[in-house]
Amino acid sequence: MPRTNTEKQDTLSPSVVQSAAAEVSARPHASPAPQADAEVLTRAQAGDHHAFAQLYALHKRRIYSLCLRMVSNPTEAEDLTQEAFLQLHRKIATFRGDSAFSTWLHRLAINVVLMHLRKKGLPVTSLDEAMEPTHDDGPGRSFGAPDLALTGSIDRLALERAISDLPAGYRLIFILHDVEGYEHNEIAAMLDCSIGNSKSQLHKARLKLRDALRTPLYQGEPR
Amino acid sequence: MTGDRENMTCHEFQARMADMIGSGEDLTAHPHIQSCPTCRALLADLQTIADVARQLLPVDPPGEDLWERIELAIKQEAGTTGSH
Repeated sequence: MPRTNTEKQDTLSPSVVQSAAAEVSARPHASPAPQADAEVLTRAQAGDHHAFAQLYALHKRRIYSLCLRMVSNPTEAEDLTQEAFLQLHRKIATFRGDSAFSTWLHRLAINVVLMHLRKKGLPVTSLDEAMEPTHDDGPGRSFGAPDLALTGSIDRLALERAISDLPAGYRLIFILHDVEGYEHNEIAAMLDCSIGNSKSQLHKARLKLRDALRTPLYQGEPR
Repeated sequence: MTGDRENMTCHEFQARMADMIGSGEDLTAHPHIQSCPTCRALLADLQTIADVARQLLPVDPPGEDLWERIELAIKQEAGTTGSH
């Protein structure tokens, strides 16, 4: 059972959280320094509420960013971030260091997000299913002619809309790699899949996006 | 499928792209890409999508009151646990 330490659960001022967050806020794609993370983690695992607040400050931006890009709704994303850190608080004592803490936390947060999507009626129930979409799998119109090339013609808003319309599994892998900047070995650890699977799923996600971004060109035209 | 890397059709090449990428192959060096402008354009499109994705603006951080909400929920859980 996760440890809790009510003796140390004094309310922390927002400034404590903000000062820790300042360490990483200028580099949202970078991981916190491993040494600092390890020290804070050890104290948090021992029930130090101040250390847990520091962990929140160190990781909140990336966890919230992942949640927001997955659900495209700030209120939902905050709720999911809250649930992820609540689960972290419950389970932090069980972290044994088999993977990087950040990877472990992301895996936890991803499960929270996928569970949320499932509750909303979307066809995702686990990381395995997210990584192996069975419906409408694979890009169907990828055999493009050169005159339909996208190069230089994608605007960010169009891409963001297309990302939000991707099936959850493809959206997740694309956001993790191409938007948030994680490496395939990190993603493989987060999603408990092979590096090759991460690469091939990312390729399929990009093909899906290409199809989506090209669709307006076809409207009203016979095929 | 021919299985011949030198003489793949576009259909064959594109059908195998995901597997080749998954196995770590550099598709830009593939013989089909060297000779096929259509599939080169496809690869360029995918690279463009990845490039634009990297330029998406980072999201703003969550609201400053989120930590207070988390802290309150932790206290409530601890209280519930302690009452049993």
